[in-house]
Amino acid sequence: MYRIVFRQDLVPNIHLLKIDAPDVARKARPGQFVVIRIDEKGERIPLTIADWDEAEGTVTIVYMEVGTTTCRLALLQAGDYIKDFIGPLGVPTHIEKFGTVVCVAGGFAIATTMPIARAMRQTGNRVISIMGARSKELIFWENELRGVSDELVITTDDGSYGRKGLVTESLKELLESGGVDRVIAIGPSIMMKYCALTTEPFGVKTIVSLNPIMVDGTGMCGCCRVQVGGLTKFVCVDGPDFDGHEVDWDLLFARQRSYLDEEKESLEKWRAGGSCHCQA
Amino acid sequence: MAKLNLNRVRMPRQDPKVRARNFNEVALGYSLEQAQEEASRCIQCKKRSCVAGCPVGVDIPEFIRAVRDGDMAEAVRILKSKNSLPGICGRVCPQETQCEANCALARKDAPIAIGRLERFVADWERANLNTENPVAIPTMPAGKRVAVVGSGPAGLTAAAELARLGHQVTLFEALHTAGGVLTYGIPEFRLPKAIVQGEVDYVTSLGVELKLNAVVGKVITVDELLADGYQAVFLGTGAGLPTFMNIPGENLNGIYSANEFLSRVNLMKAYLFPEYDTPVKVGKRVAVLGGGNVAMDSARCALRLGAEKVYIIYRRSEVEMPARREEVENAKEEGIEFRILTNPKRFIGDGQNSVVAMECYEMELGEPDDSGRRRPVVKEGSEFTVDVDVVVVAIGTTPNPLISSTTEGLSTARWGTLVMADESRGQTVKPAVWAGGDVVTGSATVISAMGAGKAAAADIDAHLKD
Repeated sequence: MYRIVFRQDLVPNIHLLKIDAPDVARKARPGQFVVIRIDEKGERIPLTIADWDEAEGTVTIVYMEVGTTTCRLALLQAGDYIKDFIGPLGVPTHIEKFGTVVCVAGGFAIATTMPIARAMRQTGNRVISIMGARSKELIFWENELRGVSDELVITTDDGSYGRKGLVTESLKELLESGGVDRVIAIGPSIMMKYCALTTEPFGVKTIVSLNPIMVDGTGMCGCCRVQVGGLTKFVCVDGPDFDGHEVDWDLLFARQRSYLDEEKESLEKWRAGGSCHCQA
Repeated sequence: MAKLNLNRVRMPRQDPKVRARNFNEVALGYSLEQAQEEASRCIQCKKRSCVAGCPVGVDIPEFIRAVRDGDMAEAVRILKSKNSLPGICGRVCPQETQCEANCALARKDAPIAIGRLERFVADWERANLNTENPVAIPTMPAGKRVAVVGSGPAGLTAAAELARLGHQVTLFEALHTAGGVLTYGIPEFRLPKAIVQGEVDYVTSLGVELKLNAVVGKVITVDELLADGYQAVFLGTGAGLPTFMNIPGENLNGIYSANEFLSRVNLMKAYLFPEYDTPVKVGKRVAVLGGGNVAMDSARCALRLGAEKVYIIYRRSEVEMPARREEVENAKEEGIEFRILTNPKRFIGDGQNSVVAMECYEMELGEPDDSGRRRPVVKEGSEFTVDVDVVVVAIGTTPNPLISSTTEGLSTARWGTLVMADESRGQTVKPAVWAGGDVVTGSATVISAMGAGKAAAADIDAHLKD
C-alpha cells in the first residue's frame, strides 16, 4: 500500500497527488512513468511522473479525470492509500546539451514536461517552454514551468490567457526565427502529432512521449505496441519517448480507442454507484 | 501376487457444456474413497522408476502407500519434504510424460494416477491442516541473505528450499500478485488462484519476505542487490516476452499476445468486468494461433468469456502439438474447433483498425526440422480467409531482457535465454548469480522450473556454506 501524503486540485479536473514511495523516488528520472492500481478490483494504468523528492521519499503524479480509474483517483485524499504504485518504468528522456530546446506542453502534460525542461536547463540548454490549454482556468504550474525555462510562452485556444491560438503556431514562429536544436512535445496525442508535423519541414528532431493503453508496463503483454519507423515497438520498455517524425500516429489513435465501449460501460456503472463527483 | 487392477479411477469433472461457460475448476478432484481406491492399485514395486521420472524426486510410492493406508498427514509430510508446491504440480504437471510414464502399470495403459493423488493430498492438507502453524523452521545463525527474483514456480521453489536451509530470503515479484505464470497465465479453471495463493502463503510462512511491485532490472538492478548485501541472487524470471507472427496487420485492434489476453483475464479478472475495471474484447469468432498449453488456455478462456466460435489455428498436425493430451481433449470436448496444418498469412482490418478476418495458408509436413518434428511447408496458392474479430497469438514467449540488459556480466543466447556456466546447478556465468526455469530453458513446464529452482537452491546453499 502506498500512502497519499498530499493532494491538490490544480484545475477542476486535473489533480496532483504526492505519494510516499521511496523506492520509486530514488530511481525516478525525467520522462519515466509509474503504473498504478487503486485497489483489488482496479485496472493498471500508466501515469507519467511529474516530480519526485528522493530525500522525502515521495513521487508526484498529475492526472486528468478521463476514465473510471482517474475519476476514482480524484476522490482520494491525503492519508488514503493506493494499492499498487510501480516504477519508475520506461526509458528516461534523453538529456544532453543540444543548444536551444523547445518544450511544448499541452493540458495535464504541463506537469510531465517540467522535470524534463528542468533537466535540459541544468545540462546547459537554453530552454523555451510553450504551454497550452483550452482556456485560462485550465492553466496550472505556470510558475513551476517558468522557473525552469529561459522563456515561457502561454497559449489558450480561446485567448482568455496568454496568446490566443494553438501551441503549434507559437512553435512554428520559433522554428522560423531559427536556432532551435531540439523539440520535446508532450500532451494529448493529437497535439503531439501536429507538433511533429510542424517541426518536420524544419528538420528539427522532435521527441514525443506516447501514452497508449498498458497492462503490466514491463514488456510482458504488448498491449502498448506502436509502430515507429516501420517497426513495432513496446512503449513501456522501448519508450515512452520516440522520434515524433517516425511515429504511426493513426495506429496509435486507433489503438487508444480499443476499449471505448468498455470504458464507457465501466464509467457509467461506477457513476450509477453514486460516488462520482465529476461532470458527466 | 494379487491380480493387477487396471482400472484407473476416473477424475470427476464438470460437464463440458456447463464448464465451457464458467471459470470454475474443470477437474473436481478425488474423494477420499476414490483416492484410496486409486492408491491401492499401486503395486509398491521395488524399482521406484516413477521417482526417477519426477524432476524434484518426490517419494511417490511412499506417499501413495500413506494415502492407501488413510494416513493423510503422513502423505502430506512425505510429499512436501520434496515438493513445496504439490497443489500446483498435482494440477498442471505433465505426469503422463514423467512419473506416470515410468509407472510399472504404464505398459498396461493403466499407470497409477500419481498427479491426481498428489492433488488430492495437497487439497486434503489445505482443507484439514492448520497452515497458520506450519512446520517449524530452525533459524540458523549461519543463514545468508539471498534474493530470489520472480515468484513463479522456479522462484517459489528456490525461495522455499533456501528458507528451509536456514537462509534469509527476499522474493521479488514485478507484478502486484505473486505466482508468475501460475497467476497471470494459467486460468482459474485449470489452476484456481486460491490454490496458488495458498502455496505462496506457505512459502512466506517459512520466513520468506515477499516484495511485490519490485521490477528487478528497472526499479533495482541485480548488481544493486549484490551491493545491498545479498550474497546470492537467483533469477527465476521466466519467459515473459511475447512473440508475434510479424505478418501484416498484426497491430490491428482485437489482436492480442497470449500474455496480454491471459493477463487481462487471469491476473486482472477481466472475466468479471465491469465488476473489475479491466476489460477484454469478447470476440464472437476467436482464432488462437499456436498448439501449446497456452494456446489451449487462451481458446478455453475465449469460449468461457462467451465467444460463439473458437478456433485453434496450428501449422503442424495434431500429433506435433506441444500441449498436454488432456488439455487438447478438454478443449475439444468443450467445442473448440481445431484447424490444423493452417498458418496465417496476414490479418485484415475493417478500415477502422479492427481485425475482421485472417488470410491463411494450408500447410503440409515436409522433412523433420531441428525440433525433430516434420517441418510445416506452405501449400502455394492455398490461401483462404477466416472471419475473426479477436485473435490471440500464442506461438511462444522468450525471456524478458529487462534483467539481462541491465546486469553486468550476464549473457544471453539466441532466444534471449541466459548462458549458463553449469545448468545442472543453476550457475550463470556471473559470480553469485544463479538462474533456473524458463529464463534458462525457454518455455517449458512448471515442474522443470521447480526442479531447476531446487537444484540451484542446493548449489547456492553449498556455496554460501563455504
